Amino acid sequence: MTATITPDLIAQHQLTPDEYQKIVDILGREPSFTELGIFSVMWSEHCSYKSSRIHLKKLPTRGKLVVQGPGENAGIIDIGNGYVIAFKIESHNHPSFIEPFQGAATGVGGILRDIFTMGARPIAVLDSLRFGRLDDPETGTRNRRIVNGVVSGIAHYGNCFGVPTVGGECIFEPCYDGNPLVNVFALGVAKKEDIFYAKAAGVGNPVIYVGSRTGRDGIHGASMASAEFTEESKQKRPNVQVGDPFMEKLLLEACLEAMKTGAIVGIQDMGAAGLTCSTCEMGSRGEVGIEIELDKVPQRATGMTPYEIMLSESQERMLLVADKGREQEVLDVFKKWGLDAVEIGVVTNDGKLRVRHHGAIVAEIPNRELADEAPLYDRPHTKPLRHAPMEAPKHTPADVQAALPLLLAAPDICSKRWIWQQYDFQVRTNTIAGPGYDAAIVRIKETGTSVAMSLDGNGRYCYLSPREGARLAVAESCRNLSVVGAKPLAATNCLNFGNPERPEIMAQLVEAIEGMSEACKFFDTPITGGNVSLYNETLGEGIYPTPVIGMVGTLPTSPAVPSTFQNLGRTVMLVGGIGTCDDTRFGGTQYAKEIIRQLWGLPPLLDLEYEQRVQYAILRMIDENLLESAHDLSDGGFGVGLAECSFGPAEIGAQIDLGSHLRPEVLMFHEAPSRILVSTSNPKRIAEIAKKHEVEAPVIGTTIEKGIEIRQRSITLGSWEIAALRAAYESSLEHQLGQ
Amino acid sequence: MKFGVIVFPGSNCDHDAFYAVSSNLGQKAEFIWHDSATLGDVDAVILPGGFSYGDYLRCGAIAKFSPVMRAVKEFAADGGLVLGVCNGFQVLVEAGLLPGALLRNRSLKFVCRDVHLRVQTTNSPFTASAERGEILRVPIAHGEGCYYADDRTLDELEAEDRIVFRYLDNPNGSLRDIAGICNRERNVMGMMPHPERAADPLMGSTDGLAVLHSMIRSATAVRA
Repeated sequence: MTATITPDLIAQHQLTPDEYQKIVDILGREPSFTELGIFSVMWSEHCSYKSSRIHLKKLPTRGKLVVQGPGENAGIIDIGNGYVIAFKIESHNHPSFIEPFQGAATGVGGILRDIFTMGARPIAVLDSLRFGRLDDPETGTRNRRIVNGVVSGIAHYGNCFGVPTVGGECIFEPCYDGNPLVNVFALGVAKKEDIFYAKAAGVGNPVIYVGSRTGRDGIHGASMASAEFTEESKQKRPNVQVGDPFMEKLLLEACLEAMKTGAIVGIQDMGAAGLTCSTCEMGSRGEVGIEIELDKVPQRATGMTPYEIMLSESQERMLLVADKGREQEVLDVFKKWGLDAVEIGVVTNDGKLRVRHHGAIVAEIPNRELADEAPLYDRPHTKPLRHAPMEAPKHTPADVQAALPLLLAAPDICSKRWIWQQYDFQVRTNTIAGPGYDAAIVRIKETGTSVAMSLDGNGRYCYLSPREGARLAVAESCRNLSVVGAKPLAATNCLNFGNPERPEIMAQLVEAIEGMSEACKFFDTPITGGNVSLYNETLGEGIYPTPVIGMVGTLPTSPAVPSTFQNLGRTVMLVGGIGTCDDTRFGGTQYAKEIIRQLWGLPPLLDLEYEQRVQYAILRMIDENLLESAHDLSDGGFGVGLAECSFGPAEIGAQIDLGSHLRPEVLMFHEAPSRILVSTSNPKRIAEIAKKHEVEAPVIGTTIEKGIEIRQRSITLGSWEIAALRAAYESSLEHQLGQ
Repeated sequence: MKFGVIVFPGSNCDHDAFYAVSSNLGQKAEFIWHDSATLGDVDAVILPGGFSYGDYLRCGAIAKFSPVMRAVKEFAADGGLVLGVCNGFQVLVEAGLLPGALLRNRSLKFVCRDVHLRVQTTNSPFTASAERGEILRVPIAHGEGCYYADDRTLDELEAEDRIVFRYLDNPNGSLRDIAGICNRERNVMGMMPHPERAADPLMGSTDGLAVLHSMIRSATAVRA
């Protein structure tokens, strides 16, 4: 390539002059145009984690069950009986804003490839979604279109691929107006001896390209995801890739079958930064070189330049290294599945990525420097950005009777059935607990073990205090697992933040990571990998700091403990107690958001020790088969939690009397953690277990027919027909979407 | 008895059907690849759910041309039991083994949920073990499950007692609430709901076993 490298060209590639100088130093010369492109994607924020890496090191990543921590395509933990699970969460925020359907669909596709490239068959997907308000007069129409597009994109890809989408969360805030968050989690299962790594080895071994042809789609997707949105971003629509779930399904089956031949040495999917990333990362991990000839790369368009081929993010492609002499066995498998599989290069001993086009060298870069030695930044960080006051605003005392149905219909709380009913959450017949449970449970047929998963984040809490908010997210995800009887074992995280070059945003990131780290260490749930998505800003407006945690755990396969009341006349108890909350800690609640319409103060107070004792107690109760139902109290507090417990098939409610001096609306709707609402026919044993674990578990009432009645120290706070509450809860989202 | 489960590229309920008949019901089962010209020694065939060949054209429109469908047609012509579930139903309709068509759901959205089915007839090898009028709770998961046929065909299906299942709570706009039909010879049935997903107490319902048990009983009776 003869294009002259000008300062403008360097800037267009989002490289700083210093970064450019580092490239020149590494190469010992000026880069070619193709090389400049290659460096720009590998050193983009999205691929290199250059702003976050030094802080990510604070996270716990080791544990006795951890088989693979961060640095591979997915984390892996041992679940016993010779089996492992591979799991990870990834964001596809920027593409989903530009083109919601394909952006979300390819987000699912990308994370699924990360799982099966490790030799694991994907068995579950969960999604954490954040959108702008649907009822906003200015942006509502666009937000509704984005919701529709994202949900159908996820459904289209996951359903066709044949993986169940079993859970997730969906939140609406104005800060996500111009910047929706689409975080997709996937989990797969494999035999321990069948794990594959994305590592090249064996000088002389062939490098094989498999799957879809390379087109001009998605060029510079990784760089796009590393910049703020401006008015011009809409012109980046061609940067979004197009997904083909059928091709991915074939790739999955073919890859797993090809791996069984024993002739594959290493394998990696082509995700962000496509062929560039897969070649140099595999080479770097194996400390070898890789030489490829671009003429051999299957191409969809004619006349593609080396720059375009190397930077394309066309979907459903894999790169693998096979044992020399046995490549035919691998090629035969792909032929059976009707897939393109072509030898495009060879493993070399010089540690370099050498790219040829028509025989001539167009790029020659040392793999390690390219893949692992991107500049690292210790960006300045000050106090986390927050514009919310600490003091509670003056507000009129609440009408609790009216507030409950309003909260049940609130966007964050209402039933997300409209969303999850579009997902096939049952395919593969393993889903023991699907959408609507506190955590999803998927059985592993081969082992008698099931896996529980939960995704949790709370941008409001994190905006008030990134550190406390992140701790709360970890605690909640662990609690969600405990409530379904699973022991939390490990986690993956997706860190969605604004522009790290702003010190007050960088401070949010740093504090959230530190809070998450503290809580993950405490619960002994190492983070085995994840994703950082920065520059989530549009026209200078940042999102709330939104770390999302994906927690996984295991339990023996058995029917799930229901979250709803099952029988009349049962004792209702609140394991963990009624909890407490002052005005300051009330400011991040759903009540504050929906009824008072303000945000202030601090998130609910978390006592990690107490939280853990509550979780141990609930696990023990489930183990002794004492619970007819169990449901974690979270958004909307006790009032909302109790109503949700009443929305079972039998519509069984409860008569409650709470012995507390809190103001009624605080008592009903505060969001203190460490509380689980249970029903039982054996309150005595529950009380014993609670006492042994030093947690409160007051008896607060009895299950009754058709209604909910709540008293506070014998004074009635409200009484509701379940059918009416349920109607508010069930129909709200569809109503907001105008469906 | 031995079930054959057809695998098209893009089938994704193949393993579920296999698991239901083998692990849940203790029968023999084998996968039959789409380019196979024969079915081997199977006693019944299941065309599973999924997205055969991606279904980017009309659902099932490509699958009907696959080599294995010629074998399935011969098998059906010889009186063999053929069950098409979801995408399998769509393939059977496209292949002309069953009348009518499956259109996009009236909601224009994919829908996954439990539905209630009424057993309309027990005069079929797929419902012989059920009770007429029995209500089954079985999941659906499809985007194109709205059964459509002209009035004459619908009248004929009714007159010949070939509507095997009807929805109590029609989820997709199917005409006359049709969830499953059989052919005139009664040995080929297509249904949108997934009996293989309701074959294990852990999955929340075992009502789908009525269909699989009936097939086993009928196939065994024929052989004896």
